[in-house]
Amino acid sequence: MKTEKVKNDPLFHVSKNDNLPRWKAMLIRAGAVLVALVICGIMSVILIKENPFKIYGTMITGAFIDIWTLLKDIAVLLMFGLAVIPAFKMKFWNMGANGQVLIGCLCAIACMKFLAGKVPNVVLIILMVVTSIAASVIWAVIPAIFKAFFGTNETLFTLMMNYIAIGIVAYFSFSWSDGSGTIGLVNYIGSKNYMAGWFPNIGNKYVMIILIALLVDAFMFVYMKYTKHGFETALVGESVNTAKYVGINVKKVIIRTLILSGVICGIMGAMFAGSLEHTVNTSICGSKGFTAILVAWLANFDPLMMLFTTFFVVFLQTGAENVSTVFQLKSTDYSNIVVGIIFFCIIGCEFFIRYKIMPSQRLKDILSGKKTRSAEKKEEA
Amino acid sequence: MLSTLSTILVDAISMGTIFLFGCVGEILTEKAGNLNLGIPGIMCIGALGGSFGVMIYSNGAADPTQMSGFWLVVVSVLFSMLFAGAAGLIYAFLTVTLKANQNVTGLALTTFGVGFMKFFAKRIDMTNFVVASKYFKNLFPFSGKLGWFGEIFLSHGVLVYLAIAVAIFASILLNRTRTGLHLRAVGENPATADAAGINISKYKYIFITLGSAIAGIGGLYYVMDKTNGTTLAEASIDSFGWLAVALVIATMWKPIFAILGSIVFGGLSILAMDLTTLSFSQLKIFDMFPYIITVVVLILTSIFGKKENQPPASLGL
Repeated sequence: MKTEKVKNDPLFHVSKNDNLPRWKAMLIRAGAVLVALVICGIMSVILIKENPFKIYGTMITGAFIDIWTLLKDIAVLLMFGLAVIPAFKMKFWNMGANGQVLIGCLCAIACMKFLAGKVPNVVLIILMVVTSIAASVIWAVIPAIFKAFFGTNETLFTLMMNYIAIGIVAYFSFSWSDGSGTIGLVNYIGSKNYMAGWFPNIGNKYVMIILIALLVDAFMFVYMKYTKHGFETALVGESVNTAKYVGINVKKVIIRTLILSGVICGIMGAMFAGSLEHTVNTSICGSKGFTAILVAWLANFDPLMMLFTTFFVVFLQTGAENVSTVFQLKSTDYSNIVVGIIFFCIIGCEFFIRYKIMPSQRLKDILSGKKTRSAEKKEEA
Repeated sequence: MLSTLSTILVDAISMGTIFLFGCVGEILTEKAGNLNLGIPGIMCIGALGGSFGVMIYSNGAADPTQMSGFWLVVVSVLFSMLFAGAAGLIYAFLTVTLKANQNVTGLALTTFGVGFMKFFAKRIDMTNFVVASKYFKNLFPFSGKLGWFGEIFLSHGVLVYLAIAVAIFASILLNRTRTGLHLRAVGENPATADAAGINISKYKYIFITLGSAIAGIGGLYYVMDKTNGTTLAEASIDSFGWLAVALVIATMWKPIFAILGSIVFGGLSILAMDLTTLSFSQLKIFDMFPYIITVVVLILTSIFGKKENQPPASLGL
């Protein structure tokens, strides 16, 4: 007689858990961060051979050395994050924030370079903002149109658009430069139109972007939570068929949402050009577009939560950079490792928030020393 | 003219091999329904692991100039696969067992992998690397005597042939075996595959890890063959990783096309350097071409595509 292979029952039953209390979810996340910090601590001790608490101390003090830079970094990352969340809420994976900001920044710099001195400064600044937004919107909407009409995979499309933008910026960096390959600070000291197109400073250089980020954050909070548009976006994300059934024009929603993403990216691009950098190069965005995705996801696409998650991530990055300076690791890459590990732990812990894990009968039987059902079956066979 | 052409072709192949490893690895992963955006990071980790293997083996040898080339290559490839596979395992655990979001996990892995490589690269003792790189290059020393044929087909390093072999193997595995059929079922429609009695988690784990391990060799190839063992800490392997992800789309998830596609992508990357008449800014335009081609393929397949040219249906879910 052919004996059939008896499969063991699983040890755990996993089921969806939608109504975990908020405090419990936060507790699980805090636990994950703790686990990550312990892992990073062990790693740091091995690599640096120092008391881990001393390392964490260096991290905390390091993050707050320059409070304005810290706030600026948070604001910039927040802008990138706010640009991607409406699309994410719709389950449209916009990986292209980097490219969208970059292309906007390039257009704003073009205005600064070629229109300075020809138009009044106020007009120049308005033109910079408008062209930057227009360029970013175009960059964001192209994948959206193809997604809406042909179902083209948006993750891959937006990802590729980043590198096309980088190529265009690299091209103009060379052709506009004086042969050095970098544009340098536009309208800087010594040039004919010194400070043309530079946004005015409120207090200091960083106050403006911080205020703008807060304003956009508040706007997005209201937009996502209390407007019809926001509701439609969320509904398309929940179920395209339901959205169609209640009469929502899904194509329109996709394109409209990506226009919004583009506008936010355009503002960020104009800020890079006019206020923060006064130049454009291929590494101006770094990998902020990607980090922003992680941050937005951590916050569960909630603009208010994002205030905390961006702070947390920027705090970690700045702190870990300080650790590498103080302990002479000769490398800023230490911060990437730390951020990576913490993300792994938090990404992993989400499972325990979204799912309920119950021990199965088999595990209970094993623990209490009883014979399990599958063992009985095996004996029968 | 013929010699210029063959030079370009040889350079294109040697450049394209980096993409080919990453691409075939990513195809296997994506066929299991997982879009692994951690490939750039995994290739970095593979480069580090492979370099670690080269360091251990070459420093362990009594006389590095006399060491066994065969074992050097085997050991370093295995180390490369081990490191990259371990990184893939992290991704598999998070996305399969813990059902985490694939995009987020992949991006986190890329952040981690780039940092991991650059940080530890400074601790790798590269004294014997230039000597060791000779064993990776020029598998057939007699190729120089065979004119253009020898130059185009036989002048490459051992990992180039390995890459092509892996691509052919992957193609046969996907299209001609039961395992491949099951794998495609997992990527297209997991629910049906499950009903048919296929262990989805097992397939996903195996092919994500295997795909990552293969992609990792691409990093090793770049360090030991393409740059002759001179570059590790400064290598921008992650940018090649993104090109590999692009190549997957451009070749419509077919490993055989990937061999040709990698040569085209490689050609576009090096053509700029070979065409000396272009200005510096015009060269930058060439860097964009692979991505533009990818976008065009992506659009065309989504508009006119037959079923078999589409991304796996459950990709990224």
